[in-house]
Amino acid sequence: MTRRQRLAALVVGITSSGSAFGQIAVTGATVHTAAGEPLTNAVVVIEDGKISQVGLAGEIEIPDGFRTMTAAVVTPGLIDARSTIGLSGYLNQEHDQDQIESSAPMQPELRAIDAYNPREALVEWVRGYGVTTVHTGHAPLSLVSGQTAVMKTHGLSVEEAVVKPFAMIAATVGEGARERGDKAPGTRAKMAAMLRAELIKTREYLDRRSAEDEDKRPDRDLRLEALGEVMEGNVPLLVTAQRTQDILTVLRIREEFDIPVVLDGVAEAYDVLDQIRDAGVSVIVHPTMMRARGETENLSFETAARLRDAGIPIALQGGYESYVPKSRLVLFEAGVAAAHGLGFDDALRSVTINAARVLGVDDRIGSIEVGKDGDIALYDGDPFEYSTHCVAVIIDGEVVSEELR
Amino acid sequence: MLRCLLLGALLVAAADAQETPQAFVGASLYPISGPPIESGTLVIHEGKIVALGPAPSVQIPADAVQHDVSGSVVLPGLVDTHSHAGSVEGGDGSGPMHPDARALDSINVRDARIQKAQAGGITTANIMPGSGHLLSGQTLYVKHRDSKVIDDLLIRRADGSLAYGIKMANGTNSRKDPPFPGSRAKSAAIVRERFLEAIAYRDKVAQAAGDADELPPRDLGLETLGDILAGNRVVHFHTHRHDDILTVLRLADEFEFKVVLQHVSDGWAVADEIAASPHVLGASLILIDSPGGKLEAKDNQLATGAILEQAGVVTGFHSDDPITDSRLFNRMAALAVRAGMSREGALYGLTMAGARMLGLEDRIGSLQVGKDADLAVLSGDPLSVYTQVLQTWVDGVKVFDRSNPQDRLYAEGGFGASHDQGHILHGIAQGEHE
Repeated sequence: MTRRQRLAALVVGITSSGSAFGQIAVTGATVHTAAGEPLTNAVVVIEDGKISQVGLAGEIEIPDGFRTMTAAVVTPGLIDARSTIGLSGYLNQEHDQDQIESSAPMQPELRAIDAYNPREALVEWVRGYGVTTVHTGHAPLSLVSGQTAVMKTHGLSVEEAVVKPFAMIAATVGEGARERGDKAPGTRAKMAAMLRAELIKTREYLDRRSAEDEDKRPDRDLRLEALGEVMEGNVPLLVTAQRTQDILTVLRIREEFDIPVVLDGVAEAYDVLDQIRDAGVSVIVHPTMMRARGETENLSFETAARLRDAGIPIALQGGYESYVPKSRLVLFEAGVAAAHGLGFDDALRSVTINAARVLGVDDRIGSIEVGKDGDIALYDGDPFEYSTHCVAVIIDGEVVSEELR
Repeated sequence: MLRCLLLGALLVAAADAQETPQAFVGASLYPISGPPIESGTLVIHEGKIVALGPAPSVQIPADAVQHDVSGSVVLPGLVDTHSHAGSVEGGDGSGPMHPDARALDSINVRDARIQKAQAGGITTANIMPGSGHLLSGQTLYVKHRDSKVIDDLLIRRADGSLAYGIKMANGTNSRKDPPFPGSRAKSAAIVRERFLEAIAYRDKVAQAAGDADELPPRDLGLETLGDILAGNRVVHFHTHRHDDILTVLRLADEFEFKVVLQHVSDGWAVADEIAASPHVLGASLILIDSPGGKLEAKDNQLATGAILEQAGVVTGFHSDDPITDSRLFNRMAALAVRAGMSREGALYGLTMAGARMLGLEDRIGSLQVGKDADLAVLSGDPLSVYTQVLQTWVDGVKVFDRSNPQDRLYAEGGFGASHDQGHILHGIAQGEHE
């Protein structure tokens, strides 16, 4: 138990021999584990916050004192593979909008963990629908807008919520990166030129940093240090690109610098499927219901299915919204993708285990398997159906929502 | 030349379709005016519904074209009470009220969003200018017929006049620097002053009794406000916050105008007051995926549908296209059901409630003999995420068919799906991208 949990336990008089935190057995008429075929009438036991047993109801012995819960459908906690919530707040007022810092076009040193508000209402909102993890951070609104982080949608501080403090660096090639007036970059060619120049500078910085002679090593540079993580292959560059030419620009830069890249958006991906597959990159597809306008005018409800058909690893997202709705629910986005060619199983995987793989956190979350975090969503029917409700959400073995949503 | 020929051929085809009776057999019919009819038969002719009922009870005319739609669901064409399709415009920045500005004079009929609305099963829409004014102009009620000119989309009332409403707004969107109001009280005051002016104008016109020397100079704006005062035009009032909603009711009470409450984000908080107002024709909701995005929508909730329904308010929905996607209009009703609205109420909300709010309940909104042959043929349960719109018919003419590649492009999206009609290089759009 964390200190806060112990305190809460004292307040409500719960003792460890009763229904202790993190000790739950969830029975589902259907359990989608995302690690194999769905199980019928199965039990998931969570002990000390981790999944300790998974099996058919007759085969599992629920330990004494465990809280038991049941639902028609049980899934792993959902993962929103790209969001800005916690940095962007629901009120959409200056004081709750930290998703973009517009003072310079490239600021990879901006950390998501220094801006994320775990008490933001949108975090609680998406959690109520079964989203237990969000990959959130700086918005696709400048050439390099800043870092992203993977957060659980529970915890009152960044330290409590964080799964991966420095997940990716968010970049954009396309309209989101275009600056106005005499500020650069004002064109697509300039975006690519600036990005390449910065990566060359990063490479030189890393070379000088590893100089044998300590005196020849450069002063610390937060910006180049951050991009250095990309250059060294530790952190992917998450690049939002919608048009075909922008997608190919990203792949060209990836090849030139041999850096890990995750593509985001890709509204027109259906025209460059071979190139994306051959590059071996993963894709976080734009929200299925994103508005078709401007550079996303050619988006399709079927893009996720087309990418899947081409053998490209995909995840789905709630994305960034500047206006109403201030955040989309990845549950709903997955539902519409499921109905437009992706199908139930792959839609569910794209918001659970496949999303976890794209984010590099599949050792901890994304499926119902022994040893993984006790993150579970409970529904009273097909989770993607409009009129189904999320009835409970569990994170690290703690019931964090029991409100019918 | 070629295009002229094609267009001519299309129009001939449309006329043919109306002249020959069309019979839809095997579907579940959702009349809205009554319970669903399993394995029903529906016959349309000359743009109207001429028969419907359980299969054995309906005589299919010998010359009818039969459509086997077994397994599908036929709904009345959906009614969207608030859309911005066609890049519609109203008044400009010169002032807060523009009752003289007509949506009629601004709509781009080739906007692909009209095709997308057809792909969503929407057959009638109230196309409105935005909410950045206290009164941004006259709206336009349209049928989503296929055409290149606005004249073909119009709806005429029994007396031959055009069917349209008036768009008004309160709250924050219309608050700006002068000459716009800077506060809520000022917003109401400007509206009241302008309506008082319209009353004076109306009285002057009445007193002149047709004497040209006595008539005041013609004022298009005051004429329109006079129409509202006379009960000839419905005000579609954009309003979110509970206190703003009550301000609308207060204004409607003072000037006795008919009003449809649009958005009504906080409608759940003042449901009884809305229900009690004799001036409210209905409430048209937009339900959003998460609250907020602007302060006034921070308490928007899916349960509003259920709460207004229980209070006895005529409750419908709108897409606010492009805020939400016309192709997924049925989703709005389904989300209301998710939060407790009845299935019947939600389906009524997609069809008949909208028809009533537009004053077109005698012509559209339900499957009844004599009504316009506006249909949405769906692959299954209208409130399921997995259901697709298969066909859309307006006045007995098929305007959307999912099996047609060009229509499918509008339904699913893809290269060219948002381009204005006629701007697509068809060879590329269909050859390489389909």
